[in-house]
Amino acid sequence: MAIEVRIPTILRSHTGGAKVVEGTGDTLADLLADLDSRHAGLKARLVTDAGALHRFVNVYVNDEDVRFLGALDAKINDGDSVTILPAVAGGAFGFAAAAAIAQHGVAAAAAR
Amino acid sequence: MLSIDRSIVEAIVAHARRDHPDEACGVVAGPAGSDTPARHIPMDNAARSMTFYEFDSMEQLRVWREMDDRDEEPVVIYHSHTATEAYPSRTDISFAGEPGAHYLLVSTRDPDSEEIRSFRIVDGVVTEEPVRIVEAGVDPHAVQSYMFGQSPATVDYECSGR
Repeated sequence: MAIEVRIPTILRSHTGGAKVVEGTGDTLADLLADLDSRHAGLKARLVTDAGALHRFVNVYVNDEDVRFLGALDAKINDGDSVTILPAVAGGAFGFAAAAAIAQHGVAAAAAR
Repeated sequence: MLSIDRSIVEAIVAHARRDHPDEACGVVAGPAGSDTPARHIPMDNAARSMTFYEFDSMEQLRVWREMDDRDEEPVVIYHSHTATEAYPSRTDISFAGEPGAHYLLVSTRDPDSEEIRSFRIVDGVVTEEPVRIVEAGVDPHAVQSYMFGQSPATVDYECSGR
């Protein structure tokens, strides 16, 4: 069995247009590494250079936001369904301030 | 060009006014490939901020799945700026992740009138487009084009040429 991964429009350039791809891995990090071996560049769109999940995407395992499951360390089992969506956010605020809030949010999620 | 029903625009403006001075946000779904906004879905601003908006990730999953089940897509993604002009900020551009969507901005900084503008945001490039407000239930050939290129006080009402 494999893990089904739903790809948003904006990332389908990495999957040859495919809306759903399959991969394997025990954690989200493993799964993304596996996907990247066949869909080059996908991982870089989801994971920052610092090795954290990118702020501009939401990743879900089944019905849970992975930010509440350990982010890249989130455990994944065969038969799970992973959904990637572009985070929808913005506003009049300057980017630096927004990034600071984002960092705060990630820290808050990690502390939970 | 964004063509959108007047009743939907009015519902978006009402949402923006209701949440003012916080930013309001939401989606208008439409049949996939139709480029026609049909179903207004106001979303919670999880940031509850006057200068930032963010969809709640769980609400977004629910709404995006529902659109998928109904063979819809997010035709319009809207939010309000409550003290500044209706133009995408650097934050808006950084986050814009739906290349097929019309990014609609409503400014509620003026209590008596709204500024409504629409943009495509693809690969960090912002392109403004005209907004055509369609009157449902009236002769479709009587439609006017509204160019929201300036503040509402100086809007040009251009005929669509039909």
